[in-house]
Amino acid sequence: MTPAAPLLRWLLLRLGGVVFVLWAVSTVTFFAIRLIPGDPAEAIVGGPGSEASADALADARAEYGLDQPLLLQYLRFLGRLASLDLGRSYALHQSVASVIADTLPPTLGLAVVALSVAVVIALAVAAWSVRGGRAASAVASFLEVVAAAVPHFWLAILGIVLFSTALGWLPPVSVPGPSGLILPALTLAVPLAGFLGQVMREALLDAMSSPFALSARARGENENGVFWRHALRHSAIPAIGLAGWAFGSLLSGAVVVETIFARPGLGRSLLQAVQGRDVPLVVGVVIVVALGYMLVTTATDLAERLIDPRLAARAVSR
Amino acid sequence: MIISPSLTEPPAAQRGRQRSSQRRHRRGHRLARGVSVAEVLAGAVILLLVVAAVAPGLIAPGDPLGINPLQSFQPPSANHLFGTDESGRDIFTRVIHGARASVTIGLTATAIGIGLGLVFGLLAGLGPRWLDFSTTRLLEVLFAFPGLLLALLFIVIYGPGVVTSTIAVGLSTAPGYARLIRSQVRQVRAAPYIEAATVLGHGPASRLVRHLLPNVAGALFVIATLGIGQSIVWAASLSYLGLGAVPPAPEWGAMLSAGRTYISSFWWMTFFPGLFIVLSAAATTLLGRALQQRKRSS
Repeated sequence: MTPAAPLLRWLLLRLGGVVFVLWAVSTVTFFAIRLIPGDPAEAIVGGPGSEASADALADARAEYGLDQPLLLQYLRFLGRLASLDLGRSYALHQSVASVIADTLPPTLGLAVVALSVAVVIALAVAAWSVRGGRAASAVASFLEVVAAAVPHFWLAILGIVLFSTALGWLPPVSVPGPSGLILPALTLAVPLAGFLGQVMREALLDAMSSPFALSARARGENENGVFWRHALRHSAIPAIGLAGWAFGSLLSGAVVVETIFARPGLGRSLLQAVQGRDVPLVVGVVIVVALGYMLVTTATDLAERLIDPRLAARAVSR
Repeated sequence: MIISPSLTEPPAAQRGRQRSSQRRHRRGHRLARGVSVAEVLAGAVILLLVVAAVAPGLIAPGDPLGINPLQSFQPPSANHLFGTDESGRDIFTRVIHGARASVTIGLTATAIGIGLGLVFGLLAGLGPRWLDFSTTRLLEVLFAFPGLLLALLFIVIYGPGVVTSTIAVGLSTAPGYARLIRSQVRQVRAAPYIEAATVLGHGPASRLVRHLLPNVAGALFVIATLGIGQSIVWAASLSYLGLGAVPPAPEWGAMLSAGRTYISSFWWMTFFPGLFIVLSAAATTLLGRALQQRKRSS
């Protein structure tokens, strides 16, 4: 067998897993949504209390296929999913796919910037504390715990009060362009940096006192060299292992942050859909998020296997 | 995410951490009997929270709902330590009285998460192969609703409110707990003393109750402590978004939500409730980590 064959087999299994999970997620969501009390036709026509006429309700039911038997609705739903049709939003009266296409890029941009900032902060603190001795380590550890404990919405409020109201440096709502991105991205980044820092610093501390670091020092490598050239790589593995979790954290954070900064994005649309019980939009966002989560975890598992071949051997026994 | 990464990190990192825990134990500033400054501070905050949750009147004798329109929007002063809100209610009193709601929500959500996690974790960890396989697949599906997504889906179905948001937070933390409990159970199940109990003729029920659960319980307690802070933060976030507790209830997230309108002029309305969320989440995390270290070094 060629060395690539196990990897290929693993990848195929993983892809099968992705398809299974996506099917399960959409099925769970589809049936869970049917548990909502009240008539979905009312939500389409204008929400409860809009006192729509019976004709209007019947029209709405027919338009969205709600008058069909449940099983048929489910099969049609799966059929549409297979052709990437996510239906029409009740509240926005446009296709869910177009809503997601509009709101996904700004959220992705925000998440990527926030993630980069978080990694830089976490690394900077870790680098300083690893070589700063006991006091620095204690301070860094404390800062990480506090940063991880800060709720996004409070951080956002503090940022607005300090940088918009008091200092007037940055806009309180997210305007297009880089200045509107700074506060939202920082708000998302700080708690994430706290979590990342905790994990990365542990790995860095381990690596800095490991035999390979000692041998690098013996070869005349200075502490900077040991840190950047040898230890850093080892902190990447636990940090990458956090990716799936970080994805969820960034998404949940985006819901809060986009709402506070009135920033268009997937998170804000999701919250509005939840508040308005816009079922097709909620289902669409859930499926897109699940797909994103599966892609991220598959990619990180792959990256881990490439970085650390020991994991491939271990995964077999798990 | 809800749960902190120290719970979800890959086994490789955990192993690395275990290796170095002895060395790390000697790091940091420690007072007498190996207690660090941070741990003392955390203990003090937790004591304050417990007193505030059990008997708020001891710390803040006033009425958390008592309005006084003449005293509205007062900045922090000797009379009103944390200032007053739009109806002249004393924010210090409200924050102290809010501890009960917020701590209860945090504890209940964690209990729900761990309870469900225990059921699935034990099923997967102890059951036959097919049960382990199907439970693990189920957990994989649940993991694909990351962070608050499961909670939001739950709230869409059952409507916003304190009870639903608490259950929602508990539900979205459950898969993480389940996975962790499963691996704990698997670890303990392979331990020599379980084998010894089997050889001595103890039945499955006795092995479970007398040998397995007590050994999983310690780890579970640490995990729970680490999880409470995050539960409080997420429950407060849901209240802030208008999906949990509603004003004028003295709950921290709801107070923040009410103060949102006045952010630019009256910062104290949002600053202090938020500060208490941070304090309680940080304190429980520090406590959980301290317990974790004690457990490892013993």
